[in-house]
Amino acid sequence: MVFNTSTYFEMNIHEYQAKQLLAKYGVAVPLEIPAKSLAEVRPAAEKIAAAGSAKVVVKSQIHAGGRGKGTFKSGFQGGVKVAGSIDEAVGFAEKMLGNVLVTKQTGAAGRMVQTLLLAAGAKIKKEFYLAVLLDRANSRPLVMASTEGGMDIEEVAEKHPEKIFKEHIDPAVGIMPFQARKIAAALGLKGDLFNAGVKLITGVYNTWWECDAAMVELNPLAVVELADGKETVVALDAKISLDDNALYRHADILAMRDLNEEAPLEIEASKFNLNYIKLDGSIACLVNGAGLAMATMDIIQHCGASPANFLDVGGGASKEQVSAAFKIILQDPHVKGILVNIFGGIMDCNVIATGIVAAVKETGLKLPLVVRLEGNNVIAGKKTLAESGLTIISGDTMADAAQKVVKAVRQ
Amino acid sequence: MSILVKPNTKVLVQGITGSFGARHAQLSIDYGTAIVAGVTPGKGGQYFEHGGVKVPIFDTVADAVKQTGATASAVFVPPPFAADAILEGADAGLDLVVAITEGIPVRDMVRVKRALEGNTRTRLIGPNCPGIVTPGEGKDSHGGCRIGIAPGYIHKKGHIGVVSRSGTLTYEAVWQLTSRGVGQSTCVGIGGDPVNGTSHLDVIKLFNADPDTHGIIMIGEIGGSAEEEAAEWVKKNCKKPVAGFIAGTTAPPGRRMGHAGAIVSGGKGTAEAKIAAFKAAGIGVAVTPSEMADTLLKMM
Repeated sequence: MVFNTSTYFEMNIHEYQAKQLLAKYGVAVPLEIPAKSLAEVRPAAEKIAAAGSAKVVVKSQIHAGGRGKGTFKSGFQGGVKVAGSIDEAVGFAEKMLGNVLVTKQTGAAGRMVQTLLLAAGAKIKKEFYLAVLLDRANSRPLVMASTEGGMDIEEVAEKHPEKIFKEHIDPAVGIMPFQARKIAAALGLKGDLFNAGVKLITGVYNTWWECDAAMVELNPLAVVELADGKETVVALDAKISLDDNALYRHADILAMRDLNEEAPLEIEASKFNLNYIKLDGSIACLVNGAGLAMATMDIIQHCGASPANFLDVGGGASKEQVSAAFKIILQDPHVKGILVNIFGGIMDCNVIATGIVAAVKETGLKLPLVVRLEGNNVIAGKKTLAESGLTIISGDTMADAAQKVVKAVRQ
Repeated sequence: MSILVKPNTKVLVQGITGSFGARHAQLSIDYGTAIVAGVTPGKGGQYFEHGGVKVPIFDTVADAVKQTGATASAVFVPPPFAADAILEGADAGLDLVVAITEGIPVRDMVRVKRALEGNTRTRLIGPNCPGIVTPGEGKDSHGGCRIGIAPGYIHKKGHIGVVSRSGTLTYEAVWQLTSRGVGQSTCVGIGGDPVNGTSHLDVIKLFNADPDTHGIIMIGEIGGSAEEEAAEWVKKNCKKPVAGFIAGTTAPPGRRMGHAGAIVSGGKGTAEAKIAAFKAAGIGVAVTPSEMADTLLKMM
């Protein structure tokens, strides 16, 4: 999941899955074979060699960028390697599969590599950048292209914005051929490569639209030289993220979800319809509403501590959800205190209070707990907490509650 | 006065027979809102009854408008059918369509937004929003117009306009005002989705033009650049004091795989950028969410 806005989430898929989707919409991709075990690596590498490629590229499949420059916890350098022989490819695979890769995007914990993508070594002549996403400023799809592919594209955008070509697409008609031609021309493609580029760009846009993608990004999109000396354009690397809200109509894409790439607590939370995202702080929070949940994290930081998580129990939280939320929070060993912030607009504060008392008893909670209840039936709710015989600190306002929990944790 | 809806605005509910729509139709009737019609395809001719009020149900929005004179609608239909419901409301010539539904695919909203381009008649609020409340004069603001899911009783009739992307954070601000004896002209939840019908700026313009609104609270979140645009306009045009809060200072920047989002936003969208834009526009920034009301009241 991507923390985009408070209520809008995206699902990521692997590079090899992204290319499967792109190929379906007519985008040229290199000869590539995924392998989930060492036994699958050799036949895949043999197949690629048999197709005429002298080199075999072995690519770790994780949901994070910076793989090429990453380091395995074993000390092995590089999550993407070019092998000169089948044996060398198998050797690389042994060092990668089942090992944890740390890149600039994974954090120190890294990610376990459970799938490799074996690809034909390409003779790269030119590298481009191509992406499709929603431009929130005008609610229209936007295709972005640049001749500066294979580089840090954010840096290119900052220093040379003129090198990023942008074309908005009218969703009523979709991408028109002339627009794909404009983009291909902006990339400087000529002759057969121009026509191949137009087809590829159209396919990339259609993948974005038809799959309900949040973003499709090719970096690089490359001109490569084939064994016979001819040149062609292919999607050499591809990233796709998808709109969570649209997955209900894409069973095939939903099946691509890799739970190994998601935090176990977040998966557990989603079973109870709880929006939970683990963070690095020590104060756990349990809040109703995404905006209020973010604001609660902010006020914890303002009081000098750090939030341990984002947790939105939703507008109509039940006793069971509150109980599940407590159990999830308490599985994080860094948590030193808990702040519950509920604005019970429609929901009954007493139902929430009853849920809190039950959860505290059930989990045998020893950590400081501060509860701020406001809204519907709040007096009964506060009474339930006060008469529970449990050590629950009451906060009057958000600020008061945040100060109290920070203070309790420091004692 | 107020903006967008008045206490006597005639409201219809699309999806009135679903559990979510029914519950909130009941609460709106309890609040004293004129719920004049319901729409559920296939249930036309039946009635929705609550608290002695008998609300006729129609198969189409067009029929409901023709028979009852409703000018606003609350959309409670499930995500797969919500885009259709919104455009049906626009087709029937409603002034206001408030889409409460959470979880509508972005692509559907891109199409809806495109279809509504150039439509000067119908304003869409939402989706994924708590709706809109113009408080009434009765006890606990009874007798007002409540379209959506906001708790009515936290409001109080008065002169502060509230506009926000987040539901419970809106309630928090409204409650802070009411607890201090300060009422609201109208409170608008515009929703947190990447594509929505009405922006912060649209609502601020309405508040600025409303003689009954004397001050404005604007609540934003990380993502997009709507708050920055509104701040720019406020700086040049707004004659009323505006206070604001941006949620998400501590939200992680995202476990994003690609870079395209960062390029297109060009540095906008972070909490820091939004707060800086507020300050540059003379908007009072609440340092914590507990100070939203006090920040505004100090400016007035």
